[in-house]
Amino acid sequence: MLPIVVGIGAFQLIPVVVSMYSSLTRWDGIESPQFVGLQNYKDLLTTDPIFYQVLRNTLLFTVISVPLTVLFALVLALFANLRLPGLAFFRTAFFAPYVMNVVAIGYVWFNIYSPDGILNSLLKTVGVQGPSWLADSTWVIPAVIIVNVWQGVGYPMVILLGGLQNIPAELHEAARIDGANGWSRLLRVTLPLLTPQIFFVLLAQFISSFQVFGLIYVMTKGGPGFSSSVYIFYLWQVAFQQGKFGYAAAMAWLMVILIAVIAWAQWQLQKKWVFYG
Amino acid sequence: MASIETGPALLRGTVQRPPGSRTARPRRGIRWTRLLLIVFLILLSLSFLTPGFWMLNASLRPEAKVLEFPPRLALLHPEWSNYRTVFSSIGPYLLNSIRLAALNVVGSCIVSSLAGFAFARLRFVGRDALFGVVLVTAIVPSVVYLLPQYILFQKFGWVDTLYPLWVPQILTPVFGTFLMRQAFKTLPVELDESARVDGASTFRIFVSIMVPLVKPAIASVAIFSFLGSWNDLFGPLIFLTSPEKQTLPIFLAEFQGEFATSVAPLMAAATVTVVPVLIIFLLAQRYFVQGVTGSALKG
Repeated sequence: MLPIVVGIGAFQLIPVVVSMYSSLTRWDGIESPQFVGLQNYKDLLTTDPIFYQVLRNTLLFTVISVPLTVLFALVLALFANLRLPGLAFFRTAFFAPYVMNVVAIGYVWFNIYSPDGILNSLLKTVGVQGPSWLADSTWVIPAVIIVNVWQGVGYPMVILLGGLQNIPAELHEAARIDGANGWSRLLRVTLPLLTPQIFFVLLAQFISSFQVFGLIYVMTKGGPGFSSSVYIFYLWQVAFQQGKFGYAAAMAWLMVILIAVIAWAQWQLQKKWVFYG
Repeated sequence: MASIETGPALLRGTVQRPPGSRTARPRRGIRWTRLLLIVFLILLSLSFLTPGFWMLNASLRPEAKVLEFPPRLALLHPEWSNYRTVFSSIGPYLLNSIRLAALNVVGSCIVSSLAGFAFARLRFVGRDALFGVVLVTAIVPSVVYLLPQYILFQKFGWVDTLYPLWVPQILTPVFGTFLMRQAFKTLPVELDESARVDGASTFRIFVSIMVPLVKPAIASVAIFSFLGSWNDLFGPLIFLTSPEKQTLPIFLAEFQGEFATSVAPLMAAATVTVVPVLIIFLLAQRYFVQGVTGSALKG
Protein backbone atom coordinates (compact mmCIF):
# COMPACT_ATOMS: atom_id res chain seq x y z
CA MET A 1 0.00 0.00 0.00
CA LEU A 2 2.59 2.50 1.09
CA PRO A 3 4.95 1.84 -1.84
CA ILE A 4 2.33 2.65 -4.46
CA VAL A 5 1.31 5.86 -2.68
CA VAL A 6 4.91 6.98 -2.49
CA GLY A 7 5.52 5.81 -6.05
CA ILE A 8 2.58 7.58 -7.58
CA GLY A 9 3.35 10.67 -5.55
CA ALA A 10 7.03 10.79 -6.42
CA PHE A 11 6.98 9.57 -10.01
CA GLN A 12 3.63 10.75 -11.29
CA LEU A 13 1.87 13.42 -9.24
CA ILE A 14 4.90 15.59 -8.50
CA PRO A 15 6.16 15.29 -12.10
CA VAL A 16 2.70 16.25 -13.35
CA VAL A 17 2.84 19.44 -11.33
CA VAL A 18 6.44 20.09 -12.39
CA SER A 19 5.57 19.58 -16.04
CA MET A 20 2.56 21.88 -15.75
CA TYR A 21 4.81 24.58 -14.37
CA SER A 22 7.64 23.92 -16.81
CA SER A 23 5.24 24.29 -19.73
CA LEU A 24 5.10 27.95 -18.69
CA THR A 25 8.86 28.40 -18.81
CA ARG A 26 11.76 28.47 -21.18
CA TRP A 27 13.91 25.64 -19.93
CA ASP A 28 16.76 23.58 -21.32
CA GLY A 29 16.68 21.11 -18.44
CA ILE A 30 20.07 22.21 -17.13
CA GLU A 31 19.90 25.87 -16.14
CA SER A 32 17.05 27.12 -14.01
CA PRO A 33 13.77 27.70 -15.87
CA GLN A 34 12.71 31.18 -16.92
CA PHE A 35 9.04 31.96 -16.47
CA VAL A 36 7.47 33.04 -19.78
CA GLY A 37 3.75 32.63 -19.11
CA LEU A 38 1.73 31.18 -21.95
CA GLN A 39 4.39 32.00 -24.54
CA ASN A 40 5.13 28.34 -25.36
CA TYR A 41 1.47 27.62 -26.06
CA LYS A 42 1.22 30.76 -28.15
CA ASP A 43 4.30 29.80 -30.17
CA LEU A 44 3.00 26.27 -30.72
CA LEU A 45 -0.35 27.48 -31.99
CA THR A 46 0.76 30.49 -34.00
CA THR A 47 4.36 30.29 -35.17
CA ASP A 48 5.27 26.61 -35.45
CA PRO A 49 4.28 25.29 -38.90
CA ILE A 50 5.76 21.87 -38.09
CA PHE A 51 3.43 21.54 -35.13
CA TYR A 52 0.39 21.87 -37.38
CA GLN A 53 1.71 19.35 -39.84
CA VAL A 54 2.47 16.93 -37.02
CA LEU A 55 -0.98 17.44 -35.54
CA ARG A 56 -2.59 16.85 -38.94
CA ASN A 57 -0.54 13.66 -39.43
CA THR A 58 -1.48 12.39 -35.99
CA LEU A 59 -5.18 13.05 -36.49
CA LEU A 60 -5.10 11.45 -39.94
CA PHE A 61 -3.31 8.43 -38.54
CA THR A 62 -5.79 8.10 -35.68
CA VAL A 63 -8.94 8.71 -37.69
CA ILE A 64 -8.03 5.98 -40.19
CA SER A 65 -6.26 3.53 -37.93
CA VAL A 66 -8.77 3.33 -35.07
CA PRO A 67 -11.96 2.49 -37.01
CA LEU A 68 -10.01 0.06 -39.22
CA THR A 69 -8.56 -1.76 -36.21
CA VAL A 70 -11.87 -1.96 -34.38
CA LEU A 71 -13.82 -3.07 -37.45
CA PHE A 72 -11.27 -5.73 -38.29
CA ALA A 73 -11.19 -6.85 -34.65
CA LEU A 74 -14.98 -7.09 -34.63
CA VAL A 75 -15.07 -9.27 -37.75
CA LEU A 76 -12.35 -11.53 -36.31
CA ALA A 77 -14.12 -11.76 -32.97
CA LEU A 78 -17.37 -12.76 -34.68
CA PHE A 79 -15.48 -15.48 -36.56
CA ALA A 80 -13.74 -16.62 -33.41
CA ASN A 81 -17.06 -16.85 -31.62
CA LEU A 82 -18.34 -19.53 -34.03
CA ARG A 83 -17.72 -22.97 -32.70
CA LEU A 84 -15.17 -24.17 -35.20
CA PRO A 85 -12.17 -26.46 -34.81
CA GLY A 86 -8.77 -24.79 -34.97
CA LEU A 87 -9.93 -21.64 -33.22
CA ALA A 88 -7.11 -21.71 -30.69
CA PHE A 89 -4.65 -21.48 -33.56
CA PHE A 90 -6.68 -18.74 -35.19
CA ARG A 91 -6.76 -16.64 -32.05
CA THR A 92 -3.07 -17.15 -31.33
CA ALA A 93 -2.15 -16.11 -34.87
CA PHE A 94 -4.03 -12.84 -34.63
CA PHE A 95 -2.79 -12.07 -31.18
CA ALA A 96 0.89 -12.89 -31.69
CA PRO A 97 1.93 -9.58 -33.34
CA TYR A 98 0.62 -7.74 -30.30
CA VAL A 99 3.29 -9.20 -28.03
CA MET A 100 6.17 -8.66 -30.45
CA ASN A 101 8.72 -5.96 -30.03
CA VAL A 102 7.86 -2.87 -32.03
CA VAL A 103 11.47 -2.47 -33.19
CA ALA A 104 11.57 -6.00 -34.60
CA ILE A 105 8.19 -5.50 -36.26
CA GLY A 106 9.23 -2.14 -37.62
CA TYR A 107 12.31 -3.56 -39.34
CA VAL A 108 10.49 -6.56 -40.77
CA TRP A 109 7.93 -4.25 -42.39
CA PHE A 110 10.62 -1.76 -43.33
CA ASN A 111 12.10 -4.48 -45.51
CA ILE A 112 8.76 -5.69 -46.79
CA TYR A 113 8.06 -2.11 -47.91
CA SER A 114 11.50 -1.47 -49.38
CA PRO A 115 11.36 -0.39 -53.05
CA ASP A 116 12.63 -3.80 -54.17
CA GLY A 117 11.07 -5.67 -51.23
CA ILE A 118 8.61 -8.54 -51.40
CA LEU A 119 5.53 -6.34 -51.48
CA ASN A 120 6.60 -4.59 -54.66
CA SER A 121 7.84 -7.86 -56.16
CA LEU A 122 4.43 -9.32 -55.46
CA LEU A 123 2.70 -6.32 -57.03
CA LYS A 124 4.95 -6.62 -60.08
CA THR A 125 3.71 -10.18 -60.73
CA VAL A 126 0.23 -8.76 -61.19
CA GLY A 127 1.57 -5.94 -63.31
CA VAL A 128 1.50 -3.10 -60.81
CA GLN A 129 4.48 -0.85 -60.25
CA GLY A 130 4.39 -0.28 -56.48
CA PRO A 131 5.39 3.06 -54.96
CA SER A 132 8.44 3.34 -52.76
CA TRP A 133 6.09 3.23 -49.76
CA LEU A 134 8.02 4.64 -46.81
CA ALA A 135 10.01 7.07 -48.94
CA ASP A 136 6.85 8.42 -50.59
CA SER A 137 5.09 11.20 -48.73
CA THR A 138 1.64 10.09 -49.94
CA TRP A 139 2.05 6.43 -49.05
CA VAL A 140 4.05 6.62 -45.87
CA ILE A 141 1.13 7.14 -43.46
CA PRO A 142 -1.13 4.50 -45.03
CA ALA A 143 1.82 2.08 -44.96
CA VAL A 144 2.43 2.65 -41.25
CA ILE A 145 -1.31 2.41 -40.55
CA ILE A 146 -1.38 -1.06 -42.10
CA VAL A 147 1.39 -2.18 -39.75
CA ASN A 148 -0.35 -0.56 -36.79
CA VAL A 149 -3.62 -2.36 -37.56
CA TRP A 150 -1.77 -5.62 -38.12
CA GLN A 151 -0.01 -5.34 -34.79
CA GLY A 152 -2.88 -3.90 -32.77
CA VAL A 153 -5.89 -5.93 -33.81
CA GLY A 154 -5.39 -8.79 -31.32
CA TYR A 155 -6.07 -6.78 -28.19
CA PRO A 156 -9.52 -5.41 -29.16
CA MET A 157 -10.35 -8.79 -30.69
CA VAL A 158 -9.90 -10.55 -27.36
CA ILE A 159 -11.97 -7.92 -25.54
CA LEU A 160 -14.79 -8.09 -28.09
CA LEU A 161 -14.69 -11.88 -28.00
CA GLY A 162 -15.06 -11.75 -24.23
CA GLY A 163 -18.09 -9.51 -24.71
CA LEU A 164 -19.60 -11.83 -27.31
CA GLN A 165 -19.28 -14.82 -25.03
CA ASN A 166 -21.15 -13.01 -22.30
CA ILE A 167 -24.23 -12.54 -24.46
CA PRO A 168 -26.78 -15.06 -23.22
CA ALA A 169 -27.65 -17.67 -25.82
CA GLU A 170 -31.31 -17.47 -24.85
CA LEU A 171 -31.54 -14.06 -26.50
CA HIS A 172 -30.46 -15.51 -29.84
CA GLU A 173 -32.82 -18.38 -29.32
CA ALA A 174 -35.74 -16.05 -28.63
CA ALA A 175 -34.90 -13.96 -31.68
CA ARG A 176 -34.79 -17.05 -33.85
CA ILE A 177 -38.15 -18.23 -32.64
CA ASP A 178 -39.47 -14.81 -33.56
CA GLY A 179 -38.22 -15.51 -37.07
CA ALA A 180 -35.07 -13.38 -37.18
CA ASN A 181 -32.43 -14.67 -39.61
CA GLY A 182 -28.67 -14.66 -39.07
CA TRP A 183 -28.10 -11.12 -40.30
CA SER A 184 -30.88 -9.51 -38.39
CA ARG A 185 -29.84 -11.40 -35.23
CA LEU A 186 -26.35 -9.96 -35.71
CA LEU A 187 -27.63 -6.42 -36.27
CA ARG A 188 -30.44 -6.38 -33.74
CA VAL A 189 -29.17 -8.61 -30.94
CA THR A 190 -25.41 -9.17 -31.05
CA LEU A 191 -24.14 -5.74 -32.00
CA PRO A 192 -26.36 -3.71 -29.64
CA LEU A 193 -25.34 -5.94 -26.74
CA LEU A 194 -21.70 -5.57 -27.70
CA THR A 195 -21.74 -1.75 -27.82
CA PRO A 196 -20.18 -1.28 -24.34
CA GLN A 197 -17.13 -3.29 -25.40
CA ILE A 198 -17.01 -1.57 -28.79
CA PHE A 199 -17.05 1.80 -27.07
CA PHE A 200 -14.28 0.74 -24.71
CA VAL A 201 -11.97 -0.48 -27.47
CA LEU A 202 -12.66 2.60 -29.61
CA LEU A 203 -11.66 4.85 -26.73
CA ALA A 204 -8.60 2.78 -25.76
CA GLN A 205 -7.43 2.57 -29.39
CA PHE A 206 -7.93 6.29 -29.84
CA ILE A 207 -5.78 7.12 -26.82
CA SER A 208 -3.00 4.74 -27.83
CA SER A 209 -3.00 5.65 -31.55
CA PHE A 210 -2.72 9.30 -30.71
CA GLN A 211 0.51 8.46 -28.91
CA VAL A 212 2.05 6.23 -31.56
CA PHE A 213 5.83 6.47 -31.42
CA GLY A 214 7.70 3.19 -31.90
CA LEU A 215 6.64 2.37 -35.44
CA ILE A 216 7.38 5.90 -36.63
CA TYR A 217 10.73 5.98 -34.85
CA VAL A 218 11.79 2.67 -36.35
CA MET A 219 10.27 2.81 -39.83
CA THR A 220 10.35 6.41 -40.97
CA LYS A 221 11.97 8.73 -38.41
CA GLY A 222 9.11 11.05 -39.30
CA GLY A 223 10.18 11.29 -42.91
CA PRO A 224 10.29 11.90 -45.76
CA GLY A 225 10.55 15.49 -44.56
CA PHE A 226 7.95 15.77 -41.83
CA SER A 227 5.31 13.84 -43.74
CA SER A 228 5.00 11.04 -41.18
CA SER A 229 6.10 12.87 -38.05
CA VAL A 230 3.54 12.36 -35.30
CA TYR A 231 2.86 14.07 -32.02
CA ILE A 232 5.02 12.07 -29.62
CA PHE A 233 7.80 11.73 -32.16
CA TYR A 234 8.01 15.50 -32.61
CA LEU A 235 7.76 15.99 -28.85
CA TRP A 236 10.66 13.60 -28.36
CA GLN A 237 12.74 15.52 -30.90
CA VAL A 238 11.91 18.85 -29.29
CA ALA A 239 12.75 17.64 -25.79
CA PHE A 240 15.66 15.29 -26.21
CA GLN A 241 17.32 16.42 -29.40
CA GLN A 242 16.74 20.17 -29.22
CA GLY A 243 16.70 20.31 -25.41
CA LYS A 244 13.60 22.53 -25.27
CA PHE A 245 11.95 21.05 -22.20
CA GLY A 246 9.53 23.90 -21.54
CA TYR A 247 8.27 23.84 -25.09
CA ALA A 248 7.94 20.04 -25.00
CA ALA A 249 6.02 20.21 -21.72
CA ALA A 250 3.60 22.66 -23.34
CA MET A 251 3.18 20.17 -26.20
CA ALA A 252 2.50 17.40 -23.71
CA TRP A 253 -0.17 19.42 -21.95
CA LEU A 254 -1.76 20.49 -25.19
CA MET A 255 -2.01 16.80 -26.03
CA VAL A 256 -3.62 16.03 -22.69
CA ILE A 257 -6.21 18.73 -23.36
CA LEU A 258 -6.85 17.45 -26.89
CA ILE A 259 -7.23 13.85 -25.76
CA ALA A 260 -9.44 14.88 -22.86
CA VAL A 261 -11.72 16.95 -25.10
CA ILE A 262 -12.05 14.22 -27.71
CA ALA A 263 -12.56 11.54 -25.06
CA TRP A 264 -15.21 13.73 -23.41
CA ALA A 265 -16.96 14.17 -26.76
CA GLN A 266 -16.93 10.43 -27.31
CA TRP A 267 -18.29 9.93 -23.82
CA GLN A 268 -21.18 12.30 -24.56
CA LEU A 269 -21.85 10.61 -27.89
CA GLN A 270 -21.86 7.13 -26.41
CA LYS A 271 -25.08 7.90 -24.55
CA LYS A 272 -26.70 7.96 -27.98
CA TRP A 273 -25.50 4.58 -29.18
CA VAL A 274 -24.12 2.44 -26.36
CA PHE A 275 -26.62 0.05 -24.88
CA TYR A 276 -26.29 -0.87 -21.22
CA GLY A 277 -28.72 -3.72 -20.80
CA MET B 1 -16.54 -10.67 -13.29
CA ALA B 2 -17.81 -13.26 -15.71
CA SER B 3 -15.03 -12.42 -18.17
CA ILE B 4 -12.42 -13.52 -15.69
CA GLU B 5 -14.03 -16.91 -15.49
CA THR B 6 -14.44 -17.27 -19.23
CA GLY B 7 -10.74 -16.62 -19.75
CA PRO B 8 -9.52 -20.21 -19.74
CA ALA B 9 -12.58 -21.57 -21.51
CA LEU B 10 -12.27 -18.84 -24.09
CA LEU B 11 -8.77 -20.00 -24.73
CA ARG B 12 -9.42 -23.66 -25.11
CA GLY B 13 -12.38 -22.85 -27.31
CA THR B 14 -14.61 -25.05 -25.22
CA VAL B 15 -17.18 -22.58 -24.05
CA GLN B 16 -20.30 -24.54 -23.35
CA ARG B 17 -23.45 -23.36 -24.97
CA PRO B 18 -26.89 -24.42 -23.99
CA PRO B 19 -28.40 -26.88 -26.43
CA GLY B 20 -30.37 -25.21 -29.17
CA SER B 21 -27.86 -22.50 -29.94
CA ARG B 22 -27.13 -21.92 -33.56
CA THR B 23 -24.47 -24.52 -34.20
CA ALA B 24 -26.11 -27.29 -32.26
CA ARG B 25 -28.61 -28.19 -34.97
CA PRO B 26 -26.76 -29.52 -38.00
CA ARG B 27 -28.57 -29.06 -41.27
CA ARG B 28 -27.70 -30.07 -44.82
CA GLY B 29 -25.42 -27.48 -46.39
CA ILE B 30 -24.23 -26.15 -43.06
CA ARG B 31 -21.35 -28.62 -43.10
CA TRP B 32 -19.98 -27.31 -46.37
CA THR B 33 -20.19 -23.70 -45.32
CA ARG B 34 -18.44 -24.63 -42.10
CA LEU B 35 -15.68 -26.40 -43.95
CA LEU B 36 -15.22 -23.45 -46.31
CA LEU B 37 -15.19 -21.09 -43.36
CA ILE B 38 -12.50 -23.14 -41.63
CA VAL B 39 -10.33 -23.15 -44.74
CA PHE B 40 -10.86 -19.42 -45.12
CA LEU B 41 -9.92 -18.74 -41.50
CA ILE B 42 -6.80 -20.89 -41.73
CA LEU B 43 -5.69 -19.03 -44.85
CA LEU B 44 -6.43 -15.73 -43.13
CA SER B 45 -4.35 -16.66 -40.08
CA LEU B 46 -1.49 -17.87 -42.24
CA SER B 47 -1.45 -14.69 -44.28
CA PHE B 48 -1.49 -12.77 -41.04
CA LEU B 49 1.61 -14.63 -39.93
CA THR B 50 3.45 -14.04 -43.22
CA PRO B 51 5.63 -11.16 -41.96
CA GLY B 52 6.77 -13.43 -39.12
CA PHE B 53 7.59 -16.29 -41.49
CA TRP B 54 9.39 -13.91 -43.76
CA MET B 55 11.51 -12.66 -40.87
CA LEU B 56 12.45 -16.19 -39.86
CA ASN B 57 13.19 -17.19 -43.43
CA ALA B 58 15.25 -14.08 -44.20
CA SER B 59 17.27 -14.63 -41.02
CA LEU B 60 18.46 -17.95 -42.46
CA ARG B 61 19.28 -16.77 -45.98
CA PRO B 62 22.56 -15.50 -47.35
CA GLU B 63 22.53 -11.71 -47.58
CA ALA B 64 22.64 -11.59 -51.37
CA LYS B 65 19.48 -13.62 -51.67
CA VAL B 66 17.28 -12.04 -49.01
CA LEU B 67 15.23 -9.95 -51.39
CA GLU B 68 14.93 -12.49 -54.19
CA PHE B 69 11.41 -13.17 -55.36
CA PRO B 70 9.66 -15.49 -54.93
CA PRO B 71 11.55 -16.03 -51.66
CA ARG B 72 13.03 -19.51 -51.40
CA LEU B 73 12.65 -21.55 -48.25
CA ALA B 74 15.74 -21.44 -46.09
CA LEU B 75 15.00 -24.73 -44.33
CA LEU B 76 16.98 -26.83 -46.81
CA HIS B 77 20.16 -24.79 -46.67
CA PRO B 78 20.01 -22.59 -43.59
CA GLU B 79 22.64 -19.90 -43.38
CA TRP B 80 23.61 -19.90 -39.70
CA SER B 81 26.29 -17.24 -40.03
CA ASN B 82 23.66 -14.49 -39.55
CA TYR B 83 23.02 -15.81 -36.07
CA ARG B 84 26.74 -16.03 -35.40
CA THR B 85 27.03 -12.33 -36.26
CA VAL B 86 24.18 -11.53 -33.89
CA PHE B 87 25.36 -13.65 -30.99
CA SER B 88 28.84 -12.15 -31.15
CA SER B 89 27.44 -8.82 -29.99
CA ILE B 90 24.02 -9.35 -28.43
CA GLY B 91 25.23 -10.69 -25.07
CA PRO B 92 25.33 -7.55 -22.86
CA TYR B 93 22.06 -6.20 -24.27
CA LEU B 94 20.30 -9.49 -23.72
CA LEU B 95 21.59 -9.56 -20.16
CA ASN B 96 20.38 -6.01 -19.48
CA SER B 97 16.96 -6.82 -20.87
CA ILE B 98 16.69 -9.99 -18.80
CA ARG B 99 17.85 -8.23 -15.65
CA LEU B 100 15.35 -5.40 -16.14
CA ALA B 101 12.52 -7.78 -16.94
CA ALA B 102 13.22 -9.83 -13.80
CA LEU B 103 13.29 -6.73 -11.57
CA ASN B 104 10.11 -5.39 -13.12
CA VAL B 105 8.21 -8.66 -12.92
CA VAL B 106 9.11 -9.45 -9.31
CA GLY B 107 8.69 -5.85 -8.16
CA SER B 108 5.35 -5.18 -9.77
CA CYS B 109 3.92 -8.50 -8.63
CA ILE B 110 4.79 -7.72 -5.01
CA VAL B 111 3.70 -4.09 -5.06
CA SER B 112 0.49 -4.61 -7.00
CA SER B 113 -0.67 -7.54 -4.89
CA LEU B 114 -0.03 -5.56 -1.70
CA ALA B 115 -1.80 -2.51 -3.07
CA GLY B 116 -4.59 -4.52 -4.65
CA PHE B 117 -5.14 -6.29 -1.32
CA ALA B 118 -5.28 -2.99 0.54
CA PHE B 119 -7.76 -1.48 -1.89
CA ALA B 120 -9.97 -4.54 -1.93
CA ARG B 121 -9.82 -5.76 1.66
CA LEU B 122 -8.67 -3.17 4.14
CA ARG B 123 -10.86 -0.39 5.40
CA PHE B 124 -9.32 3.02 5.75
CA VAL B 125 -10.32 6.62 5.28
CA GLY B 126 -10.16 7.84 1.70
CA ARG B 127 -9.60 4.38 0.25
CA ASP B 128 -11.88 4.76 -2.72
CA ALA B 129 -10.80 8.32 -3.43
CA LEU B 130 -7.20 7.11 -3.45
CA PHE B 131 -8.07 4.30 -5.82
CA GLY B 132 -9.69 6.90 -8.06
CA VAL B 133 -6.40 8.81 -8.12
CA VAL B 134 -4.58 5.61 -9.06
CA LEU B 135 -6.95 5.00 -11.96
CA VAL B 136 -6.70 8.58 -13.21
CA THR B 137 -2.92 8.35 -13.40
CA ALA B 138 -3.40 5.46 -15.82
CA ILE B 139 -5.07 7.76 -18.33
CA VAL B 140 -2.49 10.56 -18.19
CA PRO B 141 -0.19 10.08 -21.17
CA SER B 142 3.22 8.97 -19.96
CA VAL B 143 5.14 11.77 -21.71
CA VAL B 144 3.56 14.23 -19.30
CA TYR B 145 5.54 12.83 -16.39
CA LEU B 146 8.46 11.38 -18.35
CA LEU B 147 9.90 14.83 -19.03
CA PRO B 148 10.07 15.91 -15.36
CA GLN B 149 11.16 12.38 -14.43
CA TYR B 150 14.08 12.83 -16.74
CA ILE B 151 15.09 16.06 -15.01
CA LEU B 152 14.57 14.44 -11.62
CA PHE B 153 16.74 11.45 -12.49
CA GLN B 154 19.39 13.75 -13.82
CA LYS B 155 19.54 15.31 -10.34
CA PHE B 156 19.71 11.85 -8.72
CA GLY B 157 22.51 10.89 -11.08
CA TRP B 158 20.30 8.09 -12.38
CA VAL B 159 20.45 8.96 -16.05
CA ASP B 160 22.37 6.25 -17.87
CA THR B 161 21.68 3.69 -15.15
CA LEU B 162 19.00 1.02 -15.15
CA TYR B 163 17.14 2.57 -12.18
CA PRO B 164 14.78 4.81 -14.20
CA LEU B 165 13.62 1.74 -16.07
CA TRP B 166 12.44 -0.21 -13.08
CA VAL B 167 12.10 1.88 -9.92
CA PRO B 168 9.23 4.09 -11.17
CA GLN B 169 7.59 1.15 -12.93
CA ILE B 170 7.43 -1.14 -9.92
CA LEU B 171 6.27 1.66 -7.65
CA THR B 172 3.41 2.65 -9.94
CA PRO B 173 1.88 -0.61 -11.20
CA VAL B 174 -1.53 0.93 -11.91
CA PHE B 175 -2.83 -1.77 -14.20
CA GLY B 176 -1.53 -4.54 -11.92
CA THR B 177 -3.14 -2.96 -8.87
CA PHE B 178 -6.42 -2.78 -10.74
CA LEU B 179 -6.24 -6.46 -11.73
CA MET B 180 -5.23 -7.58 -8.24
CA ARG B 181 -7.98 -5.54 -6.61
CA GLN B 182 -10.50 -7.28 -8.88
CA ALA B 183 -9.07 -10.67 -7.96
CA PHE B 184 -9.07 -10.06 -4.20
CA LYS B 185 -12.62 -8.74 -4.34
CA THR B 186 -13.93 -12.04 -5.67
CA LEU B 187 -12.70 -13.97 -2.62
CA PRO B 188 -15.36 -14.53 0.08
CA VAL B 189 -15.12 -12.33 3.18
CA GLU B 190 -15.58 -15.37 5.43
CA LEU B 191 -12.05 -16.40 4.50
CA ASP B 192 -10.32 -13.57 6.35
CA GLU B 193 -12.90 -13.59 9.12
CA SER B 194 -12.33 -17.22 10.04
CA ALA B 195 -8.57 -16.80 9.82
CA ARG B 196 -8.80 -13.75 12.04
CA VAL B 197 -10.80 -15.72 14.60
CA ASP B 198 -7.99 -18.25 14.56
CA GLY B 199 -5.66 -15.38 15.48
CA ALA B 200 -3.87 -14.74 12.21
CA SER B 201 -2.51 -11.25 11.57
CA THR B 202 -3.51 -9.26 8.49
CA PHE B 203 -0.13 -9.88 6.91
CA ARG B 204 -0.34 -13.59 7.67
CA ILE B 205 -3.80 -13.75 6.10
CA PHE B 206 -2.47 -11.99 3.05
CA VAL B 207 0.56 -14.19 2.57
CA SER B 208 -0.72 -17.64 3.41
CA ILE B 209 -4.40 -17.47 2.53
CA MET B 210 -5.05 -14.78 -0.03
CA VAL B 211 -2.00 -14.88 -2.27
CA PRO B 212 -2.25 -18.59 -3.12
CA LEU B 213 -5.85 -18.01 -4.22
CA VAL B 214 -5.08 -15.22 -6.65
CA LYS B 215 -2.15 -16.86 -8.40
CA PRO B 216 -3.76 -16.59 -11.86
CA ALA B 217 -4.13 -12.84 -11.46
CA ILE B 218 -0.52 -12.57 -10.31
CA ALA B 219 0.49 -14.48 -13.42
CA SER B 220 -1.37 -11.92 -15.55
CA VAL B 221 0.40 -9.06 -13.80
CA ALA B 222 3.75 -10.82 -14.28
CA ILE B 223 3.17 -11.28 -17.99
CA PHE B 224 2.13 -7.71 -18.61
CA SER B 225 5.03 -6.25 -16.71
CA PHE B 226 7.39 -8.60 -18.54
CA LEU B 227 6.05 -7.44 -21.88
CA GLY B 228 6.14 -3.80 -20.88
CA SER B 229 9.73 -4.07 -19.78
CA TRP B 230 10.98 -6.29 -22.61
CA ASN B 231 9.40 -4.24 -25.36
CA ASP B 232 9.96 -0.77 -23.92
CA LEU B 233 11.60 1.49 -26.47
CA PHE B 234 10.95 5.02 -25.25
CA GLY B 235 12.40 4.50 -21.76
CA PRO B 236 15.83 3.19 -22.77
CA LEU B 237 15.92 5.70 -25.61
CA ILE B 238 15.75 8.67 -23.30
CA PHE B 239 17.33 7.37 -20.09
CA LEU B 240 20.28 5.36 -21.36
CA THR B 241 23.17 6.86 -23.23
CA SER B 242 26.14 4.50 -23.10
CA PRO B 243 25.92 1.55 -25.48
CA GLU B 244 26.88 -1.12 -22.95
CA LYS B 245 23.86 -0.32 -20.79
CA GLN B 246 21.31 -0.54 -23.59
CA THR B 247 18.54 -3.09 -23.90
CA LEU B 248 17.45 -5.29 -26.80
CA PRO B 249 15.13 -2.87 -28.62
CA ILE B 250 17.93 -0.31 -28.76
CA PHE B 251 20.39 -3.00 -29.79
CA LEU B 252 18.14 -3.75 -32.74
CA ALA B 253 17.88 -0.10 -33.65
CA GLU B 254 21.66 0.37 -33.41
CA PHE B 255 22.22 -2.85 -35.30
CA GLN B 256 20.29 -1.40 -38.21
CA GLY B 257 22.51 1.66 -38.13
CA GLU B 258 25.69 -0.38 -38.00
CA PHE B 259 24.81 -2.91 -40.70
CA ALA B 260 22.64 -0.62 -42.75
CA THR B 261 22.75 -2.80 -45.82
CA SER B 262 22.55 -6.23 -44.27
CA VAL B 263 18.99 -7.37 -43.93
CA ALA B 264 19.67 -11.01 -43.05
CA PRO B 265 21.61 -10.46 -39.79
CA LEU B 266 19.09 -7.79 -38.79
CA MET B 267 16.28 -10.30 -39.23
CA ALA B 268 18.27 -12.79 -37.17
CA ALA B 269 18.58 -10.18 -34.41
CA ALA B 270 14.85 -9.43 -34.65
CA THR B 271 14.08 -13.15 -34.38
CA VAL B 272 16.24 -13.49 -31.28
CA THR B 273 14.36 -10.57 -29.69
CA VAL B 274 10.91 -11.84 -30.54
CA VAL B 275 11.24 -15.56 -29.87
CA PRO B 276 11.45 -15.47 -26.04
CA VAL B 277 8.30 -13.36 -25.91
CA LEU B 278 6.46 -15.66 -28.27
CA ILE B 279 7.42 -18.72 -26.20
CA ILE B 280 6.21 -17.09 -23.00
CA PHE B 281 3.07 -15.96 -24.77
CA LEU B 282 2.30 -19.45 -26.03
CA LEU B 283 2.90 -21.01 -22.61
CA ALA B 284 0.95 -18.44 -20.65
CA GLN B 285 -1.68 -17.37 -23.16
CA ARG B 286 -4.40 -18.12 -20.64
CA TYR B 287 -3.22 -15.49 -18.17
CA PHE B 288 -2.66 -13.13 -20.98
CA VAL B 289 -6.23 -13.32 -22.19
CA GLN B 290 -7.43 -12.92 -18.60
CA GLY B 291 -5.40 -9.78 -18.22
CA VAL B 292 -6.75 -8.31 -21.45
CA THR B 293 -10.38 -9.08 -20.67
CA GLY B 294 -9.82 -7.89 -17.11
CA SER B 295 -8.68 -4.53 -18.43
CA ALA B 296 -12.04 -4.02 -20.11
CA LEU B 297 -14.04 -4.35 -16.91
CA LYS B 298 -15.12 -1.25 -15.15
CA GLY B 299 -14.02 -0.81 -11.53
